[in-house]
Amino acid sequence: MQSTTLTLGPVLFNWPADRWRDFYFRIADEAPVDHVCIGEVVCSKRQVFFAEVLPQVIERLERGGKEVLLSSLALPTLKRETRHDAELLNGRHMVEVNDVSLLPSVAGRPHAIGPFVNIYNEGTLAFLASRGARLVALPPELPRSSIEAIATAQPDVTVEVWAFGRTPLAISARCYHARVHGHSKDSCQFVCDRDADGMTVETLDHEPFLAVNGVQTLSYAFCNLLKEANDLVDTGVSSLRLSPHTCDMVAVAQLFRAVLDGRRDADEAFALSHDACPSATFANGFVHGAAGALYV
Amino acid sequence: MTSTAASDLELICPAGTPPALRVAVDAGAHAVYCGFQDETNARNFPGLNFSRADMAAAIDYAHQRNCKVFIAVNTFPRAGDAALWRRAIDDAAALGADAVILADIGLLAYAAERQPDLRLHLSVQAAASSPEAIRFYTDTFGVKRVVLPRVLSVAEIADINAAVACETEVFVFGGLCVMEEGRCSLSSYVTGRSPNMHGVCSPPSHVSYHEADGSFVSRLGNFTINRIPARQPAAYPTLCKGAFRAGGTVGQVFEDAVSLDASKLLPALSRAGVKALKIEGRQRSRAYTRAVVGAFRAALDAMANNTEIPLGILLQLSEGQSATHGAYVKTWR
Repeated sequence: MQSTTLTLGPVLFNWPADRWRDFYFRIADEAPVDHVCIGEVVCSKRQVFFAEVLPQVIERLERGGKEVLLSSLALPTLKRETRHDAELLNGRHMVEVNDVSLLPSVAGRPHAIGPFVNIYNEGTLAFLASRGARLVALPPELPRSSIEAIATAQPDVTVEVWAFGRTPLAISARCYHARVHGHSKDSCQFVCDRDADGMTVETLDHEPFLAVNGVQTLSYAFCNLLKEANDLVDTGVSSLRLSPHTCDMVAVAQLFRAVLDGRRDADEAFALSHDACPSATFANGFVHGAAGALYV
Repeated sequence: MTSTAASDLELICPAGTPPALRVAVDAGAHAVYCGFQDETNARNFPGLNFSRADMAAAIDYAHQRNCKVFIAVNTFPRAGDAALWRRAIDDAAALGADAVILADIGLLAYAAERQPDLRLHLSVQAAASSPEAIRFYTDTFGVKRVVLPRVLSVAEIADINAAVACETEVFVFGGLCVMEEGRCSLSSYVTGRSPNMHGVCSPPSHVSYHEADGSFVSRLGNFTINRIPARQPAAYPTLCKGAFRAGGTVGQVFEDAVSLDASKLLPALSRAGVKALKIEGRQRSRAYTRAVVGAFRAALDAMANNTEIPLGILLQLSEGQSATHGAYVKTWR
């Protein structure tokens, strides 16, 4: 049986091009991940920032033995956005589809489905698999029972679960970064670049709650399924997704790899993950069928 | 671009219960939408929705009065347990529903294959926000109408209508999702219960209120959603309408406690080629349904007759909340 793979999801935040490039260079050289999804998923206005360094990043990742996938936008509405997504198909890389708008273009060729396309059951997965989906990331809110029912129904498809990082919870036409800073979306001044892991949203009682990333809303807590990893493998899950943050993602990937390979105890790895991401609060509620904000 | 003649615009009205359905039909709805009494529909609230017998009687009542009935089966089937959702589709067809409103791709595939004569509408929960996405559903499953997500401006809706062959339906009044529908897990992050999986958002079972330091505090799950001076009217703590702190500011980070009122945009939506106008609120009272449906029907009749649109009554219906045009006006973003 093929061993469980690790996927590094796309950087969801607005990072300066040099940080973005250096992050991927280090991933390429040091992180034990199998797939790396790259590209802008949240806001098409950010695409220009890293377009220039994209080819060298892809080259370096491939030299490091990673399979590179190109991620499409989660909410394309403008013509230039759907056109950009369609152009992803012109290259030699597998595309990760994050919106239904791209499904007609990928039909009949191998592709991946990202966590922003709703796959809640085996019926939907069977349909998508019949059209060429090979690697599918499930919605992060799914409980273990659903994950198991989906993964066992389609053993020929690599089923992936959101396993580390702030969990995407919503996407909107409205840019909350711009709104909070008193700008309109069209003249946002790219204020989202001030928050490399998202802007913390606290309750009025000063309790950290959510994180805003432009038009996207994420959890404040970082999903961390190190302790659930091997159980998920038993349900038929064959890939775990790690979502990039500014903390030590190489260390995070090494911990997941070590747990999956049986080289490190999950509790010990979980404790060490605090050192890799010292400022993160961890949660695992969704997979246990509980509120996603909880650590069960 | 094709515009829709005002006389062809359909008014699609909410029916949470059999009595509400009769009220909506009598008040002039061209079609009503409703759901079965379970988690197959996105308003799975206690005391709402229709048994099979209720539905049969409701369809009979509506059809006798030349009103259509659309049945929403618009949550995402639970993995390993799709039978409940499939039965809802089969029963809708057997009961003579004029359409089912679906969101899940697997369920659309099932309906297209097993019930080829049943008209399929795409739920707003499917979040089809571009011509390419809409064409996927029309070309693959024969979807005849798409309810557009509340992320588009009127100009973008016009562009979509020029590019797709199917009908489009848009929300014109009632509660407003700020997030794209069908892609929001905020509720389950806090309560474990979500629109997509359970047909609920910010459910009352997880709401609590208390007074502290002269404030009235509304909480959802373990989180404070709002805190207002005691004795002021408190809005229901829907998560995305709460007050929070972010970026050095305090306030409604996502959206104010507003509801959608696009009544002034009806002529523009008609010119944009929209076929049907949808009123939100299956959970609302019969009095509310009667008033809103009546007002919108009068507005459509006025448009069809080229007379002035009477808008006054709608302004009284927002229940003290302020109204917004939402994403229909680009500056909202």
